[in-house]
Amino acid sequence: MLQITGLAKTLGSFSLKGVNLSIEDGEYFIVLGPTGAGKTILLETIAGIHTPDTGSISMNGIEISRMDPKERGVGMVYQDYMLFPHLTVGENIGFGLKQRSIDPAAVREQVRDVAEMLGIGHLLERSPETLSGGEQQRAAIARALIIKPRILLLDEPLSALDVTTRERLRRELATIHRMMKTTIIHITHHFEDLFALADRVAIMQDGTVVQVGTPEEIFQTPATEFVASFTGMENVFHGRARIRDGEARIELGPISLRTVAEIEGDVYVGIRPEEVIVSREPFESSAVNTFQGSVTEIRQNGMFSRIVVDAGGVPFVCALTRQSIRRLGLAEGEAVYLTFKASAVHAFPR
Amino acid sequence: MKMATLLKDLFPPYASLSGWSRRRTDRCILGFCLLGSVIVGITVLALANIAITELADPVHLFEVATSSEVVGSILLTFGAGLNAVLLLILFGTPLAYVLARSQPSRKKEMVESIIDIPLILPHTVAGLLVYLLFMRRGWLGAPLSDVGLAFEDAYPGTVVAMLFVASPFYINTMREGFEKVPVHLENVARTLGATRLQTFWKVTLPLSFRHMYNGSILAWGRAIGEFAAVIMIAYYPFIVSTLIYYSFTTDGIRTSRSIAFTVIIVSFAVFLVLRRLTRYVGRYDDRV
Repeated sequence: MLQITGLAKTLGSFSLKGVNLSIEDGEYFIVLGPTGAGKTILLETIAGIHTPDTGSISMNGIEISRMDPKERGVGMVYQDYMLFPHLTVGENIGFGLKQRSIDPAAVREQVRDVAEMLGIGHLLERSPETLSGGEQQRAAIARALIIKPRILLLDEPLSALDVTTRERLRRELATIHRMMKTTIIHITHHFEDLFALADRVAIMQDGTVVQVGTPEEIFQTPATEFVASFTGMENVFHGRARIRDGEARIELGPISLRTVAEIEGDVYVGIRPEEVIVSREPFESSAVNTFQGSVTEIRQNGMFSRIVVDAGGVPFVCALTRQSIRRLGLAEGEAVYLTFKASAVHAFPR
Repeated sequence: MKMATLLKDLFPPYASLSGWSRRRTDRCILGFCLLGSVIVGITVLALANIAITELADPVHLFEVATSSEVVGSILLTFGAGLNAVLLLILFGTPLAYVLARSQPSRKKEMVESIIDIPLILPHTVAGLLVYLLFMRRGWLGAPLSDVGLAFEDAYPGTVVAMLFVASPFYINTMREGFEKVPVHLENVARTLGATRLQTFWKVTLPLSFRHMYNGSILAWGRAIGEFAAVIMIAYYPFIVSTLIYYSFTTDGIRTSRSIAFTVIIVSFAVFLVLRRLTRYVGRYDDRV
């Protein structure tokens, strides 16, 4: 387990101000936050590049915050690959083993194995600059994995890639995590990463961690405006998607949603609060999702108020104007109906 | 050849001589070229002048050029310059690295200004500073002469004066080279098990080697061209500048001119070779 307590570090105009986090072994942990939140310093301090001003980092009970990076057993992958340009792809991947003075033949074998696993076995003799972005990032991941790190640190590893490559590599990261069971801390700007990869998420802002939780928890009760606006979806639920008789449905435990997305299996569902219609009576329309529920909370903020409606145990957040709330006479405990279209139900595969 | 490409860049083919009247010439660029040619012109004229006079009397030139005095002095100058550069590499490289990797601060600015001091001082002043520090009774000269290292009118004096005036050229070039190497590359190497020194040796230096080479050439060029700073502390042994000055004031123009021409030829040849080698040295610098 990685335990970070009261970690503070100032570097130029960036700073960490008392970060507390505990990350379980084998967990896929995502760190999310606006630019300048101090996410990269956090990773680099865990890696041992910077010594914290105050606070501690311990791994399985052993204090590591004063240890040299080489002794910590962490792997680091940056957004812009950072392959050594004067070495071949193979030499890049084998760099860490060579540092450990391992027999060259054994190094070659391990390099080949990890490169094969990442589908770059045929590129080992090439110079990094001749590789595509996706291939370079695979090489960088292979280079970090070969030392069998206790923690793999990924600093926006998918951000520099085009959409197709990003999706493919994201799936591969999920596979790697499943196979190697390495603890991963991943910084990202893409909410798809959260849905597809994260066991838990930490939200950072202005050098501190403002919220930690599962992706569902984070989106259902966002602690900051940044998270709320991050996906625009506060209704995030974990469910199982299945297609039966040509109809795509997502089971959320007690209720099931109709959707247009044709996927099956473990998914995250997202619905924008503005797309949920609140009414006193059920009504006939083209929207196929209608549920009865009761108002549990009314939050006034800005032009739109947020009202939370519990429908069969699932808390839906809806955005209404103040006038609408007054017109419908809504108050906590009142019974209402929720209606939204199948196309408003966005599903993200896990 | 460089000039030809330069002209081609400034005046695309259709605008060049044949199309001169058809297309309006860019008067601004033409004016700039004329003004700029004054500088180039002076150098070319000066070289043509000395070359024509000297080549008219090849026997005398050969005599002077092969005299042991001149050969010895050239070797001494180049050797002392090389010695200064080696010392710069040893002491300047770590300094350049620290400067390249440290956050901007008042302290860093101060150190950078101190490094640049030899650039702004008159050379005689630089020489005097070196003399006062390294003379037999100087702060550094006294303890060093106790261990048998004398600087006044001695080879170490020449080297230390050259080192002083050439140091900004090497340190600044090297620092730029280190700044170009992304610090993230070093971070990755360190997480992969390299110590700071191993990282410097295996990652940073190979990626900034050309800067080291170019900085060395610059510093060496500056060192072998020094006169004023050197004579303040070491009039003897004669470096080429001193030899030419001495022969100019004693033998007159003829001999000193021949020595000068010899130095021009040798320096040109050496720099040409060194510049050529740039192609093969530090080819990884382009990749960062």
